[in-house]
Amino acid sequence: MQTRNKAALTRRQFVAAGVLGGAALAVGCKAGNQGNWDFFTDAQALDLTALCDQIIPADGFPSASQAGVITYIDRQLFRHYRRHRDAYRDGLEQADALSRKSFAKALADATPLEHLAIVSAVEKQNPTFFDLVRRHTMEGYYGSPRHGGNRDGVSWRMLGLAEPPVRGRAQYDLRKGAAS
Amino acid sequence: MKRVNAVVVGAGAAGGIVAKQLATAGLSVALIERGKWYTANDCRKDDLRNQRVTVLGNAFGPDDEGNPRVAVDARGVPSIVLPSEGQYQNDAACVGGGTLSYGAQAWRYMPQDFRMRSTYGAPQGSSLEDWPISYDDLEPFYDQAEYEIGISGDYSGTPFHGPRKRDLPMPPLVPNREFGILESAAKRLGLHPFHLPMARNSVPYNGRGPCMRCRWCCGFACEVDAKNGSQNTVIPVALKTGNCDLRTECMVKEILLDDRGRAHGVSYFDADRHLQQQLSDIVVVSGCATESARLLLNSKSRLFPAGLGNRYDQVGRHLQGHHYTGASGYFDFDTYDDVGPGASIAIIDYNHGTPGLCGGGMLANEFIRLPIHMVNGLPPGTPKWGLGHKQAMRDWHKRTIVVFGPTQQIPTASARVTVDPSVKDKWGLPVVRFEGNVHPHTFDIGQVQAKRAEAWLKEAGAIHTSISAGRPDTVSAGQHQAGTCRMGNDPQGSVVNKVCQLHDVDNVFVIDSSVHVTNGGFNPALTIMAVAFYASGELVRNWKGTGYRS
Repeated sequence: MQTRNKAALTRRQFVAAGVLGGAALAVGCKAGNQGNWDFFTDAQALDLTALCDQIIPADGFPSASQAGVITYIDRQLFRHYRRHRDAYRDGLEQADALSRKSFAKALADATPLEHLAIVSAVEKQNPTFFDLVRRHTMEGYYGSPRHGGNRDGVSWRMLGLAEPPVRGRAQYDLRKGAAS
Repeated sequence: MKRVNAVVVGAGAAGGIVAKQLATAGLSVALIERGKWYTANDCRKDDLRNQRVTVLGNAFGPDDEGNPRVAVDARGVPSIVLPSEGQYQNDAACVGGGTLSYGAQAWRYMPQDFRMRSTYGAPQGSSLEDWPISYDDLEPFYDQAEYEIGISGDYSGTPFHGPRKRDLPMPPLVPNREFGILESAAKRLGLHPFHLPMARNSVPYNGRGPCMRCRWCCGFACEVDAKNGSQNTVIPVALKTGNCDLRTECMVKEILLDDRGRAHGVSYFDADRHLQQQLSDIVVVSGCATESARLLLNSKSRLFPAGLGNRYDQVGRHLQGHHYTGASGYFDFDTYDDVGPGASIAIIDYNHGTPGLCGGGMLANEFIRLPIHMVNGLPPGTPKWGLGHKQAMRDWHKRTIVVFGPTQQIPTASARVTVDPSVKDKWGLPVVRFEGNVHPHTFDIGQVQAKRAEAWLKEAGAIHTSISAGRPDTVSAGQHQAGTCRMGNDPQGSVVNKVCQLHDVDNVFVIDSSVHVTNGGFNPALTIMAVAFYASGELVRNWKGTGYRS
């Protein structure tokens, strides 16, 4: 199957095919990725986890990845954010290279403190990519659970919002109304 | 296809009303809408995909696929923009138009808003003008809109509104917490706060129930159908007459002219993208300010090589929306009660009468906040990410009030809609192209308004505040887009006359926000509706049975 050869395609071919092939290729790739993700390789997902979990770290409440942010981004790269695929591929590669250069180890193997240093460096050196990841991380964490992030509405509970929300609070007085 | 008396293009705030008024007067109507008909059953409470937060697309159209526009920036460089991006200046594309998912503030403009030039004089470089009709001319139709669409609220707290013959049909919603906090503060400042008017049932009305006070309001269809737009009021009435045929997912290509220069119908692509012709006695264009101008400009003919009604290069000019400014206030107590729709209290003390300013604007508290709104709305100095940001979300999400409002926009002839010479949409039609920017005096007004909002929040006890009053270098249009087919008595300086009839072609009408000469310091929906009732009333009055003769 052509879809199993995704890794063998050069990036340029892949992008060209993506533009021309549209949905058919998208579905194909999804079936072809043998890792845990629709778009990311397992290694890319670990790199992204390192970045996202500095943008929203764990405290008394889950980190970005614990709340499903990687799932959110991964899914949207097959939906509304298809146009950002290259940015993620390149940006994660650069972040990993930065880690290897600064700490002589892969991004995924670095410590949380080293991750913090790398994310700060990415923010300065590659602000476009950083803003993209930050925006998508926030969307995944604080947006609707239906997209795979904000698992079980955890961020909404964190903010003290009723989840599931209270329904049917009609606060009106029928005696006042000029109802028809 | 059977000839009809009237084709109405666009089933939004205005088109729905026009269709209903004509159909109930006995005219046969084809109401043609490019979008789908969504109902309360299609309400998806999706914080990332609605008409207010569009990061994952527009819930109610248009789709990002096949519907581009072009925006020209301040350096003159054009770029393609997608419907879910801000520079697209989107309203919506569906039955009901913006009124399916709007916040539903339902304002009357004030008497001065119809005679801006007489009141203030035109600032240099502006095209500020008076409307050819007055508040008094529209008052009966504001009233009709308030009762037929269904408006709740209570104006009794303010002396500044125009004369009105009776109260709103529904009482206001029970106040939320922000109302109480802001009301007493406004009064201490000598202002006149009141329950703002909304097209939302506070009590059962028109056969539908009241608002259930949920968080997914502005930008969403209403799950319990308590929000009143054309899709659940006038359009069902129009269809019930048996005289109105609603055709959804149909895109009008152009208005057809006969040899004598009168319209005899439209051609449109049906849902299967087959080109159809619908012949008619009259054509009413109600596609909203950008798309109405586009349709006229795309309707080129031997008699009108630059587009229908565009003999004097007026179609598409004077594009205006609203420049929103205001302030955020951060409190040391909870201000948020999770009770929608959120926006509840307003002042109109500052709409007119400030020396040195051509108008002002209404100020109100913002619609209920979704957590995603708060991500970039934290106090100045908050870290943009990391534990500090997460902690700030917890600290401030329930302790923030935003007060802002639409600044009276000063129109210019250079802010305009044209059609792009090369970019086409999925039907092969040339797309909207935006050029120009906002008159600088608009920003002067906005700056003053933002400081007033901040003062109000400080009086209410805010311990931190931040002002939002940018000076964007692009056109302002968005959901409040208006002005592109200006109403006026002078055919060289306007597109339609005071009954919304093209100066050049007597059986083509533009009835929507396009005709607004100025756009008030208020959300425009109720004025669009009032103009639609007024203009279709004139149309029916002059209808001679077989055609329109003015």
